[in-house]
Amino acid sequence: MTFDWQYIVDVLPHYKTALWLTLKLATIGIAFAIIVGMICSIIQYFKVKVLSQIVQVYLEVARNTPLLIQLFFLYYGLPKIGITLSGELCGIIGLTFLGGSYMAEAFRAGMEAVTKSQIETGKAIGLSNLQLMRYVIIPQAFSYSVPGFGANCIFLLKETSVFSGIAILELTNTTKNLMGIFYKTNEALLMLVVGYLIILLPLTLFLTWLERRVRHAEFGN
Amino acid sequence: MSGQIPILKVKGLTKKYGEKIVLNGIDLEVEKGKVIAILGPSGCGKSTFLRCLNGLEEVQGGDILLDNESLINKSTKWREVRQRIGMVFQSYDLFPNLTVMENILLSPLKVQKRNRSEVEAQALELLERVGLADRANDYPRQLSGGQKQRIAIVRALCINPEIMLFDEVTASLDPEMVREVLDVIAQLAEQGMTMLIVTHEMNFAKLVADEVIFMDKGNIHEQAPAEQFFTNPQTERAQQFLNILQF
Repeated sequence: MTFDWQYIVDVLPHYKTALWLTLKLATIGIAFAIIVGMICSIIQYFKVKVLSQIVQVYLEVARNTPLLIQLFFLYYGLPKIGITLSGELCGIIGLTFLGGSYMAEAFRAGMEAVTKSQIETGKAIGLSNLQLMRYVIIPQAFSYSVPGFGANCIFLLKETSVFSGIAILELTNTTKNLMGIFYKTNEALLMLVVGYLIILLPLTLFLTWLERRVRHAEFGN
Repeated sequence: MSGQIPILKVKGLTKKYGEKIVLNGIDLEVEKGKVIAILGPSGCGKSTFLRCLNGLEEVQGGDILLDNESLINKSTKWREVRQRIGMVFQSYDLFPNLTVMENILLSPLKVQKRNRSEVEAQALELLERVGLADRANDYPRQLSGGQKQRIAIVRALCINPEIMLFDEVTASLDPEMVREVLDVIAQLAEQGMTMLIVTHEMNFAKLVADEVIFMDKGNIHEQAPAEQFFTNPQTERAQQFLNILQF
């Protein structure tokens, strides 16, 4: 097998652009997913009337349909009723829609792990529900949910490869295009793997660090 | 130190879980500065009784009067009542995400909106009194059970409550640690704090309590001065209970 290093150097700018785009869309999508997830988890935790039922339906739909189908709906479906969104926007919305449900579950599990006695103690010293949330539940829930949260971040980042289905030139789609044009399959796939690793390895390291950093809740009280 | 006016009055307090009656019309008057030990077998309702007193349990009947004001009505602001009736639990439950000092300051600063330097000074003084002034910046995980429980007591005291409720605060501690926690409570008794103490430490109850309440199956079976209760219990059930403890 011959390996064309010169080719890799030639297509490097394409990969650089694709890598940045992947990173950008993933970051924005994950950030919104965290917000959606937090809101949904709080609604679920407090069993807010009506809203919690709506959230439940959303969670089931989002988690039980593939991202690709969600993207098709946004990208090809919505224009039929007169709503046309750019590919990138569809990608971000899709990732938020899917990620929000996963984040919600991770955060909810974290909140439920905060013991009843911690909450009663908080009440017994006079904290309001909001203060209880701010000083007792959220910090501990976050600590409990970091492992799930981290796994979700990595999962969502890799899910951006599905964006290739709606013509976004992120890493996977760029690779497919280059393979289609130049037939340099090995080189292109190597670059694809390296591209994902460049993003994911530091993220994984960061999440491991974060997990260690916020583990206070696991050590008795 | 002990006045004649009851600061806390409980009348016919009834608590049910569904059909099961947990508290069957409890009557009690607590005078200011008095220490009352609540004894009884597990499941007799003594913890539930304490929890009712600061609104952690809903009650189905009867009344609780704090300084002659009823607490059993919809307009009761439990958050304010809880600043007057402090409570310490068996499981200490310091907040693991906060340091000792932050644990203590949380309520005085955020709930009572008091001045930080004033509260800090009070907190340090209280920590000094329980022998833990050097642990102010530690996290709960760095402390032993007895130390955590003493901090939990300081946290409750720093809110300046008029009454303290102790719910089996030594039940999960080993004997040495039990001692250090009980010493703190005995100190409080000397200073004239009004306290209701649920405990299984009979000798401690004998020593510290002015009065003993013996509960079983949701009823108060006997209420007597501590000395009299331990030497000459009147009811058969209480005699039985005390006999079992002597071997």
